Amino acid sequence: MAEILLEIKDLTHRFGGLTAVSDLNFEIIKDEIVGLIGPNGAGKTTVFNLVSGFYVPSEGDILYKGERINGLKPHEIASRQIGRTFQNIRLWSDMTVLDNIKISQHYRLGYNLMDAFLQTKKYKKHEKMIEADAYELLEEFQLSDLAHEMPKNLPYGVQRRVEIARALSLKPDLLMLDEPAAGLSSADVSELIQYIQWIKEHFKLTIWMIEHQMQVIMSLCSRIKVVDFGKELLTGTAEEVRNSPEVIKAYLGDGEI
Amino acid sequence: MTDIPALAKRNSRLPVSTMAILALFALMVGLTMAGVINKYIQSVLMFIGINIIFSASLNIVNGYMGEFSCGHGGFMAVGAYVSSVLSVILFTENSFTGQPLLPPGSAIFLFPIVIIIGGLVSAVFGLLVAIPSFKTRDDYLAIITIAANFIIVTLINNIGAVGGSRGFMGMKKSLKAMEAVIDLPYMIIWIFIFVVLSIVMIRRLMKSTYGKGISSIRYDETSAEIMSVNTNHMKLVAFMFSSGLAGIAGGLFAHVMGFVNPASFSIFKSTEGLVMVYLGGMGSLSGSVLSAVIFTLMLEALRPLQILKWVLIPLMLILLMQFRPEGLLGNRELSDVFPKLKRIFIRKDSSNG
Repeated sequence: MAEILLEIKDLTHRFGGLTAVSDLNFEIIKDEIVGLIGPNGAGKTTVFNLVSGFYVPSEGDILYKGERINGLKPHEIASRQIGRTFQNIRLWSDMTVLDNIKISQHYRLGYNLMDAFLQTKKYKKHEKMIEADAYELLEEFQLSDLAHEMPKNLPYGVQRRVEIARALSLKPDLLMLDEPAAGLSSADVSELIQYIQWIKEHFKLTIWMIEHQMQVIMSLCSRIKVVDFGKELLTGTAEEVRNSPEVIKAYLGDGEI
Repeated sequence: MTDIPALAKRNSRLPVSTMAILALFALMVGLTMAGVINKYIQSVLMFIGINIIFSASLNIVNGYMGEFSCGHGGFMAVGAYVSSVLSVILFTENSFTGQPLLPPGSAIFLFPIVIIIGGLVSAVFGLLVAIPSFKTRDDYLAIITIAANFIIVTLINNIGAVGGSRGFMGMKKSLKAMEAVIDLPYMIIWIFIFVVLSIVMIRRLMKSTYGKGISSIRYDETSAEIMSVNTNHMKLVAFMFSSGLAGIAGGLFAHVMGFVNPASFSIFKSTEGLVMVYLGGMGSLSGSVLSAVIFTLMLEALRPLQILKWVLIPLMLILLMQFRPEGLLGNRELSDVFPKLKRIFIRKDSSNG
């Protein structure tokens, strides 16, 4: 039985006169890995920003688990368990890896300002829980040795892993990855593919990713949506996308010079 | 991180740091009462305390949150005036109500409450900056903080009931009323207590996951939101807490001086706060404390220069930015620089585990 996790209905977004996303419809089904691809400037990241609440859509609706989420603030959407990473890594680079993971549990702090001042039982209990969970997550990602390192001192590939771990501290059901392979070496890329596969199995996630590296998309995604100029070109399997003349045209031009 | 034996010990015996603070407190009060330290040294000690609260509170916004507030003096003014007026109305004969509203002797219990009310009203004035900060950042927000400083000072300048630009006085009488009940060096006592409380509160907040949400804004506000931190709420907490503590510093300042005028809380005051924060290191609590001590002593040393000190202080700021932009301690704490100190404060550290 296919359960729809995220549903995008007639989504349109304009920046002034520019229509970045136009009449996009999309369903993400639980437990799949879906790709979103398209040439540069096609509006992929805009779609992610719309879903995560940075932009309020000009038209259309976004439903997560059947609930309308457009118009909510990004932190409210995050608290509904949607995790996301960024194209260029955006960790808090001067705070420890552990702090990065801990702060990302703000959605379930469980105590207020007064509890923090007075260090009440409630405060201690929740801080303990947050810290234990953070360590557990780092353990699963084999990052516990780096708990007290600053991300800025870590290699790029490790920073990616930390960023994904941080997104998972929201305990998301949907994980949105914005070009996870950007800037990685080819060896790192094949590792990343296994890694994403593992994350999906281990945390029972639905993954939605934007990616330019076809190797990643083709080996992971069960379904791929191709967009260009904010419009949908095609949705299909890797094979269908690869053989579609429209997609080739969008990427390479149509040959008439 | 969680140090179970240390926690268990904590219950049976006071931590070294607490004992050190109590000892310092007893020493200061004792020496004052015995007449060993004269009025001048007492006043320098009190100004150090007030400056510690002032710079540590400014550090919440400028250091931990990474915004640039340059109107902190305005919030100090609110606290100073609110608590002064309250204290004069409640405990002394005054031009507003004639007779004091309460028996003057009750000041002995109510004085700290008056100071706290001043702080609370300042915290509300913090909204003047907090609300614009939802949409505005960096230089634009800095301009708003300057505007807030001017608004507050100009308003006070034009309220005739509190003396306008001539200033407001009479707070010494409240102190006299307290001394008439039991003769104690009240200002030293209360400044010490408020300094310790402020430091403990800031420290506890910034060590908690809750408070670290404030620091996450400094490094990347966008990812803070994405990772479920309610950044508007964090800004509200940071600005209100910061201006509230400035208000407390202001109330204490007013009662030490026995006289306040709007000019004392102008952009000059705010600049002093900035110098202290940048001297100590942004985001370093012990840095703020250390620099407040150094700065106050330096101001006293420069007193003979009078107005020329306003050439020297900005010059120092220029040199600091050129040669050590991170301040004395950067964003480290004293205990990171001198690991031995950690042993003293280790229990405090483990208490948040």
